[in-house]
Amino acid sequence: MTREPESKENRWGGFGWVLALIPLLLLGLVLAYLVATGGGLRELAGPPLERVKIERITLPAPGVIRLEVVNDGPQEVTIPQVLVDDAYWAYTVTPSNTLPRLGRATFTIPYPWVAEETHRVVLITSLGATFEGEIAAAVVSPRPDASLFGRFALVGLYVGIVPVLLGMLWYPWMRRLSRPAMNFILSLTVGLLVFLAVGTYLDANEFAAQLPAFWQGVPAVIFVALIALGALLALGARQRGEVGALELSYRIALGIGLHNLGEGLAIGAAFALGEAALGTFLVLGFTLHNITEGVGIAAPVVRKSPGLGHFALLCLVAGGPAILGVWIGGFAFSPVLATVFLAVGIGAILQVVWEVGRLVARDSAALGQPLVNWVNLAGLTAGIAVMYLTAFLVKF
Amino acid sequence: MNHPLLKLFSRRELVRGLGALAGATGAAALGLAQNNAPAEHSGGSGHAAAATVAAKGMSAADHGSNVVMGVVDPETNGFDPMQMLVDWDYGKVSKLPGGQTLREYEFVASEKEIEIAPGIFFPAWTYNGRVPGPSIRCTEGDRLRVKLVNGSSHPHTIHFHGFHPANMDGTPLPGNGGLVQPGDSYTYEFDAVPFGCHKYHCHAASLKRHIHKGMYGAFVVDPKGGRPPAREFMMVMNAFDTNFDGGNEVYAVNTVGFEFAHRPVPIRRGELVRIYLMNLVEFDLLNSFHTHGIMFDYYDHGTTLEPTLRTVDTVAQMQGQRGIVEFRAPYTGPFMFHAHVSEFAELGWMGHFNVVEEAGWAEALSRVGLTAEWDKRGLDGATVAWKGGETA
Ligand SMILES: [Cu+2]
Repeated sequence: MTREPESKENRWGGFGWVLALIPLLLLGLVLAYLVATGGGLRELAGPPLERVKIERITLPAPGVIRLEVVNDGPQEVTIPQVLVDDAYWAYTVTPSNTLPRLGRATFTIPYPWVAEETHRVVLITSLGATFEGEIAAAVVSPRPDASLFGRFALVGLYVGIVPVLLGMLWYPWMRRLSRPAMNFILSLTVGLLVFLAVGTYLDANEFAAQLPAFWQGVPAVIFVALIALGALLALGARQRGEVGALELSYRIALGIGLHNLGEGLAIGAAFALGEAALGTFLVLGFTLHNITEGVGIAAPVVRKSPGLGHFALLCLVAGGPAILGVWIGGFAFSPVLATVFLAVGIGAILQVVWEVGRLVARDSAALGQPLVNWVNLAGLTAGIAVMYLTAFLVKF
Repeated sequence: MNHPLLKLFSRRELVRGLGALAGATGAAALGLAQNNAPAEHSGGSGHAAAATVAAKGMSAADHGSNVVMGVVDPETNGFDPMQMLVDWDYGKVSKLPGGQTLREYEFVASEKEIEIAPGIFFPAWTYNGRVPGPSIRCTEGDRLRVKLVNGSSHPHTIHFHGFHPANMDGTPLPGNGGLVQPGDSYTYEFDAVPFGCHKYHCHAASLKRHIHKGMYGAFVVDPKGGRPPAREFMMVMNAFDTNFDGGNEVYAVNTVGFEFAHRPVPIRRGELVRIYLMNLVEFDLLNSFHTHGIMFDYYDHGTTLEPTLRTVDTVAQMQGQRGIVEFRAPYTGPFMFHAHVSEFAELGWMGHFNVVEEAGWAEALSRVGLTAEWDKRGLDGATVAWKGGETA
C-alpha cells in the first residue's frame, strides 16, 4: 500500500487554491452557454414583464414636475409617453426614456400644477403598461435656504431635543427613589424601548415597501437590524463584566437617537412630498410623546453623578438626530437611506432593551425578587401605555 | 403672534394638515406647515431645460403642452389615419343576372401589433391588418358578399348593422351564422339596406375585448339618388385599453392618438364637408364630436336625407352610434375638432382642421404629406354612388 492521499496533495504543491477556482470557471462556462444559446429554455420564456417605479416626485418650481424613475423589472423598459391628470404631456428626460434593468431616468414635465391640490402622474410603457405616482398636495419642494433650514431645525428641536431634555430633568427626583421604585422606572424604560422598537420596525417597513423590488426591503430591514444588534452586543461583550452605567446611558441615547432620526426623516419627507402640515398641537404631541425618552436615558446613571457635560452630550446624541432627520428628509430624501437608518435603529434599541433588562434582573436579584414581579411588570406596562396613549396625539 | 412656533404653523395649516395626513406614513404623522412661498426661479440647469419645453408646448395656446412626444410613422402600421379618411373600399364589382350590382370583399382576421400613439404598441385583432377595418362603401340595394377568412388564433365573426337575414347576422346565436373558427371561413351575403352611415364589428364573446382590440369598420350605404357632392371623410372614434384594466389609455379618430393634431386635416373654406362619424369606443358610455368655429347639421345613423339636428357644434354618440356631419367652414385658419369629453380629448381624441382658401390649398396638402390623389378621393366619395356599378 502506498500512501496515496499524501502524494496527491503533494502533487499540487502550493497551488491548492487553484482547486477553488474550478467551480467558478465552470460556472462561467455555463453562464456563457446560457447567454449565447438560451440553453434550450427559449420555449419557457413568458410574456414580457415590464415594471418601473416612480421613486420620487418633486416640484422644483411652479409649473414643473420632476419624476425620478427606476426600472425594477426583469428587463429593459421604454417609456414613450407620460400622463399628468389623465392627459398626455410633453416632457424632457435624462439620460434616456429607455431604462435598462436597474437603470434610472429623470423626467421633467412642464405642467401647470395647482398649489395644495392633488395631481396624478402616469408613465406608460411601449407595451401600454401604466405606472402611477401621486402628488398628494402640490407644494414647491423645499430648497435648503437659510430660513427653511432654521425652521426645520426648530421642528427637530421640539420633536427631539426638548422632550429628551425635559425627561432628564426627572434625574434629581429619581436619585431619591428607593431601589424598588427605581426598578419600576427601569422597567418603564424597557417598556418604552419595546414600544419604540416595534414602532421603528413598522416605520422601517413602510419605507422598505416604497423601495424598488430588487432591494428586497422588508427582509433587508430584519437583516440589517440583526446585524446591528449583533455588532452592538459584540462591542459590549468585549469588556469583561457588565457595561458601565454611563456607557449604558449612551447606548440608550444612541438607540433613541436613531429612532428620532427616522422620525425626523419621515417628518421632513412628508413635508417635501406635500403630504403633511405641521401644527402647534402636533408639535406639542410629539414633545409629550417623546418625553419619557429622557427618563430612560437618565435611569441607568441614578447611582452615579456623571456631571452636566455628559447630560448635555446624552441629550444631543438622543435628540439631535431628529434635526438632522428633518433636514435630510426635507431636502434630500432617500427611502433607501431611511430604511437603513431605521433598521440600524431597531438593532440599537433591541440591544439596550437587553442591557437595561439585565440591569433590572440584577437589581431584582439584589432585592431577592424574581425578574418578572408585579413592580417590574407594572413598570413595563406603564412604559408601553404612556407611549401608546401619547401617540394618540401624533397618529392620524 | 410673534412666537416662532405660532408664526411657523398657522391655524389654517394645522387644519389642512389634519386632513392631508391620512396618506402620510406612520412616523410622518407629525405634519409640517406648507407655508414656504413659491420658490424663486434660480435658473438652475434643470429648470432651464424644462422652461424650453414649456415654451415650445405652450405655443399650442390653451391646451398647453398636452401632446404626445414624437409621431407615428404610417409605415410601421401599414396604414395611415389620414388616408383612412378617404380610402373607401367599393369591393370587387360585378353584375348579377337580374342586373343587381354585386360587391365582393374578402376580410382576413389576423393578429397584429399596431402603434396607437408614438411609442405605444397595442396587440390588436384586425380585419385585413388595419384598425379600423376596410371602409365598405356601396349603394342601397347592392348585393354584398363578404367572405371572412379567420387567419387568427381566436374565433371571430362580422356583424353588420342594417337589415339582413338572421343567418347573416354574424353572432354566436344559433341560426346567426355562428363563430368562424381559426382556419375556417364564412361568407356573409345580403342586400345593402337601408341607406345610412352603418358599421360592422366582430360579435364573438367577449364582445368588449373583440371590439376594443380593433375588429370594426365603416359600412356606408349611399341612397340611390346619392347625396350632394362634398368633401367626405370617414372618422371612426376609437380607443385602446393598453393595460387591460377596463379603461382606455389612448383615444383617437382612426386609431392613432393626436394624429390630426400633428397633421391638421386640410379643407377649403366654404366647401361642403361631410363626415361619416362613428363611435366604436368601449368601456365609456358616451363619446362626442365637437367643432370649433363651425356649426354643422347632423343626420343620426345617416338613414334620412333631412338632418335630424340642425346647426349644432357638439353631438354625442353612445357606444355603436353613428351619424353624418355636414358643414361649410366660413373662416380660414386652424380650428380644433375633438371629443367634448375633455378627458378623451387630452388622451388623444384631438384634431385640427386647416381651413384654407384655394390659394393655400396645395401648401395645406403638402404640409401634412398629402397628394392630389387624397384630394380627389375625398371629393369622389359622394359622386361614386354608381362607382363600379353602371360602369362595370
Ligand atoms: Cu373577434
